[in-house]
Amino acid sequence: MSMHKPSMALALALSFGAGAALAQSPNLGKPISESDIKAWDIAILPDGSNLPPGSGTPADGAKIYAEKCVACHAEGGKGGGAPGAGPLVGGAPLTDGIDVLKTIANYYAYSTTVFDYIRRAMPAYAPRSLTDNEVYALTAYILALNKLVGDNDVMDAKTLPQVKMPNRDNFIIPYPDRI
Amino acid sequence: MNKSMYRGRIPSPDLVAGNGLINRRALLGQGIAVAGALAAVGSKTAAAAEPLQDEAWSKAFGAVTPALQTPSPFEKAVTRTLSNPDGEFRTSHARTPHQLLGGTVTPNSLHFSINHCGIPNIDPAKHKLVIHGMVRQPLEFTLETLSRYPLVTRMHFVECAGNSAPMFSSEPVQATAQQLHGLASNAEWSGVPLSILLDEAGIDPKAKWLIAEGADAQQLDRSIPVKKAYDDAIIAIYQNGERLMPGNGYPMRLLVPGYQGNMNVKFLHRLKAVDQPAMTYFETKNYSQVLPGGKTWRFHFLMEVKSLVTFPSFGRSLDGPGYYTISGIAWSGDGRIAKVMVSADGGKSWGEAALQGPVHDKAFTRFQMPWRWDGQPAILQSRAWDEAGNVQPLRAEFVAARGQTRKPVTTPLAFPNQHYNSLTSWGIGSKGEISHVYA
Repeated sequence: MSMHKPSMALALALSFGAGAALAQSPNLGKPISESDIKAWDIAILPDGSNLPPGSGTPADGAKIYAEKCVACHAEGGKGGGAPGAGPLVGGAPLTDGIDVLKTIANYYAYSTTVFDYIRRAMPAYAPRSLTDNEVYALTAYILALNKLVGDNDVMDAKTLPQVKMPNRDNFIIPYPDRI
Repeated sequence: MNKSMYRGRIPSPDLVAGNGLINRRALLGQGIAVAGALAAVGSKTAAAAEPLQDEAWSKAFGAVTPALQTPSPFEKAVTRTLSNPDGEFRTSHARTPHQLLGGTVTPNSLHFSINHCGIPNIDPAKHKLVIHGMVRQPLEFTLETLSRYPLVTRMHFVECAGNSAPMFSSEPVQATAQQLHGLASNAEWSGVPLSILLDEAGIDPKAKWLIAEGADAQQLDRSIPVKKAYDDAIIAIYQNGERLMPGNGYPMRLLVPGYQGNMNVKFLHRLKAVDQPAMTYFETKNYSQVLPGGKTWRFHFLMEVKSLVTFPSFGRSLDGPGYYTISGIAWSGDGRIAKVMVSADGGKSWGEAALQGPVHDKAFTRFQMPWRWDGQPAILQSRAWDEAGNVQPLRAEFVAARGQTRKPVTTPLAFPNQHYNSLTSWGIGSKGEISHVYA
């Protein structure tokens, strides 16, 4: 069985042969090149695809954190400096209950999620104002606070996807036939 | 004996379940005996009327007819409830007042809205939607160009995965249907089938996922199966006939009917075709679930079959014994609602409710059940079935599978877990007072 059923437009086009592909469709989209989309193309995949050049260490990250993050996330990532700024460290075992707080250490399956979310959303008062080096450094700092990387480990496009997150193999997909 | 001579005077035994549930045929005007049953118990409102006279509003020229009309000032209590009224740097929720609404369409001003980083003020003339990644030709669309496509119009609910989260509490939280279940709404959405745009871009058959991303401050993104995109996803550009509300994704949003509200990405500005899910913050942390024993769910897209009684419900009381029409809403992300059963005795016995048609796919369906309250304690519940054969789990079944909190939840704003679709029970006391109970 094919992965998905072709839409009516495609089915009609195929019936007229490849040369007439999608002639019946409105085709009002303006062609654009991937290079013109680059500034928006920020999503990082869990295998590290699309990670930008650059690097950072926990020590670099600590300095940036003290300047740009501590007001909301508090000293050492404990959280509670501002409403909505949850802790960036620690976390109880997930076996403690269905309402346990989900954290980077007890829950996140991929370290790329940390990088991606900092880069797209943080700091909340100025999203996407950090350089890629700063994002690598903050990611390194937070992962080190959680003992997921060493205090001197450099995070870059090669090392970050290799960080093993404790909860990675603990997920179930309830409706696999919907993927 | 001539049965018709008693019409309107004696109660009929045309009951279908305990504590006074009447056969739904009564709502269709079928059967003399049923009509009698309804009239005979309406004694409270049958007291002698007073002589009529004109009121002040009918003796003076009325108000200006406005360009954009708003509800009567007498309806000022019909509003959404807010979790973050001061706009702090955190998520904001606005909940739909189900207990104050009728029918199935949520008015746009009352449609629920969750914003994790505020509502962007988007100029539709500058907003762009790009489709790229594993496609033959990346394309850019605007609201203007999408408006020139043939549109489809469909009724669909949107429900947050965290809707009804206080129901995970180990003790029932005393709160209204709005506070408990207000993160679900239903609207008529018009838009362009996503399959048409993907075909125009020439999506690679090896692309299994679309990263859908919004133009809000944190550019919220979710991974959407291409399978769903070709099934029934649309790029919605109208909501109940008018352009989308800002809080519902103006000027365009992704609509993936029946799937977690968060996947219906608002302010949609980018769809990237990829071969693997992005494992975004919102799909691997916020909108995934911890199960009893510590395993975790990921990509639980489906909002499963659910219903609740909206009248009578917490926040009001009954005006003495007599006739009431129990009313509520039912919906399923897996198709049309097939049947709703109602109980007035906490699930000991059930009667089938009347569904108000037309019953739409993946949309709110209004149900009604005639009821004669005898003034004794009662527990009202509803339980829905969908056309795929799914049924709302009983609370004991649900808690056994999904668990409940270790300590009672103290605020209806809490999100201890997600994807609650078991029953809601309203306890009626002998004075007509209503509480939220578990049964």
